[in-house]
Amino acid sequence: MAAINRDDVAHLARLAHIEMSPDELDRMAGELAVIVDAVKSVSEAAGDDVPATSHPIPLTNIFREDVVGHTFTAEEALSGAPDAHENRFKVPAILDED
Amino acid sequence: MSDAILTFDEAMEKYDPVLGFEVHVELNTKTKMFSSAPNVFGDEPNTNVNEVDLGMPGVLPVLNKTAVESSIKIGLALNCKIAENCRFARKNYFYPDTPKNFQTSQYDEPIAYDGYLDIELSDGTVFRVEIERAHMEEDAGKLTHMGGSAGRIQGADYSLVDYNRAGVPLVEIVTKPIQGAGSRAPELAKAYVAAVREIVKNLGVSDARMERGNVRCDANVSLRPHGRERFGIRSETKNVNSLRAVEHAVRYEIQRHAAVLDSGEPVVQETRHWHEDTRTTTSGRAKSDADDYRYFPEPDLVPVVASREWVEELRATLPEPPAERRKRLQSDWGYSDLEFRDVVNAGVMDEIEETIAAGATASVARKWWMGEIVGRAKNADVDPGQLGVAPATIVELNKMVEDGKINNKMATEVLDGVLAGEGTPAEIVEKRGLAVVSDDGPLLEAIDAALAAQPDVANKIRGGKVQAIGAIVGGVMKATRGQADAGRVRELILEKLGVEG
Repeated sequence: MAAINRDDVAHLARLAHIEMSPDELDRMAGELAVIVDAVKSVSEAAGDDVPATSHPIPLTNIFREDVVGHTFTAEEALSGAPDAHENRFKVPAILDED
Repeated sequence: MSDAILTFDEAMEKYDPVLGFEVHVELNTKTKMFSSAPNVFGDEPNTNVNEVDLGMPGVLPVLNKTAVESSIKIGLALNCKIAENCRFARKNYFYPDTPKNFQTSQYDEPIAYDGYLDIELSDGTVFRVEIERAHMEEDAGKLTHMGGSAGRIQGADYSLVDYNRAGVPLVEIVTKPIQGAGSRAPELAKAYVAAVREIVKNLGVSDARMERGNVRCDANVSLRPHGRERFGIRSETKNVNSLRAVEHAVRYEIQRHAAVLDSGEPVVQETRHWHEDTRTTTSGRAKSDADDYRYFPEPDLVPVVASREWVEELRATLPEPPAERRKRLQSDWGYSDLEFRDVVNAGVMDEIEETIAAGATASVARKWWMGEIVGRAKNADVDPGQLGVAPATIVELNKMVEDGKINNKMATEVLDGVLAGEGTPAEIVEKRGLAVVSDDGPLLEAIDAALAAQPDVANKIRGGKVQAIGAIVGGVMKATRGQADAGRVRELILEKLGVEG
């Protein structure tokens, strides 16, 4: 039994701001179910004594000293912006958030 | 449309408030959390950014060691346990304040957890607030909504984004639900945020200026009928950014919730926006599945391991905690409990300490700050420390009084002159021609005249009724337009009349 269904995919698509057609939802639900099952079999192989891994190399405490480095000029920062005004990025007003 | 509210007393009669706070503290590191761009307030927009802050493809964050140390210090000062091992996580959401489409934060592994803070209320009652966690994250960029009305998002045509603040190191401090505060809830709210602010300022890890957003508070409020265990549905009032506003917002939400519950409706779980002008909140966004942030461990950062040695090294650098410092100062200064509490509540403890360090005695420092400056600050609607009186000014004024150059009344006049920007006390005394008449010649003339004008009084004093002397002193002060040293005048009168004082 797949751990992910069509409604889950529709929900994720909405969260990820991806527009998907009904056909695409059907197809992705099937493809993602295969991936989720594959991941599940990995989970089964790893026992309780194996901690979750967030990084493939066992490093810790990679720090940077608190020393100021390089910055962009406002012009450089905005060079790839679709729109700008008074040295700031100009974006559409987004109403459903605060 | 304004919401119905009950009076605070009615609300308290029927319901028991439960509070919770999320306080965001901006660290004052030189650089950002994950990039080497400067962490500076108020610079030209989009100049304190580099490729990491702008979320360019392929960039890698590198953690700021000082920010981690500051976070551990905050955890220790909040009596928290420090995680031996913790990770960062991505909090995914789409909004232009983060160009990465996620905020790098901590989720199930905060660096500090299970702490507490003892909060002293204005009457000396101590209330323990339990800390759930303090975690590291990064600040977002600043949006300015253009068009529409008054900079609000409603009706705005577009928004402008400045990413200078994006990536500034933050520590978010989350309390456990705070129960049992009752009608003290609004006061406790203010005192808690004030205590957190004081602690991070004392640690030197944040500039702690609320007006700049260095310390920001989200206040959760819910009500339940008296005697019920289960919590009510809460609202979360966002970005309440002054101590006064924290108190007012909690009070208002208690009153609003009470009216909703009284009407038989459920409280809606939502964010609320605080409006300082009307001292009310309005409905923001309801909690929805858009709040599904799909946290997952940040693959671009490796775990932070805080060895016990490192934690102890940091603990050894902690300054005296503010509450202990207060106890020490009160004892050093010899103030009574009431005197000291008044000083703390008036917000002039640091100023008095500095004034004493500048050379004033504890009683002189208190006299000036509490007697003169606090009132003037209140009239000007600023904090006493912001009024512009330097400790050295007080020391100078007091020395002039002690040396008999000016009297107390003139000294307050000189203080006003200093505040009006007329110069140093010495310059103002000179400019305004203020000086106690200390040459006995003119005083004796004035005394003779005053005695001659009131022969009955003179006789009474000769007869031993020394308390009658006030009338003669008053006459002399009037004749010298207040420029005489009243103590010296008294001595001279008694001498003249041959009476023992």
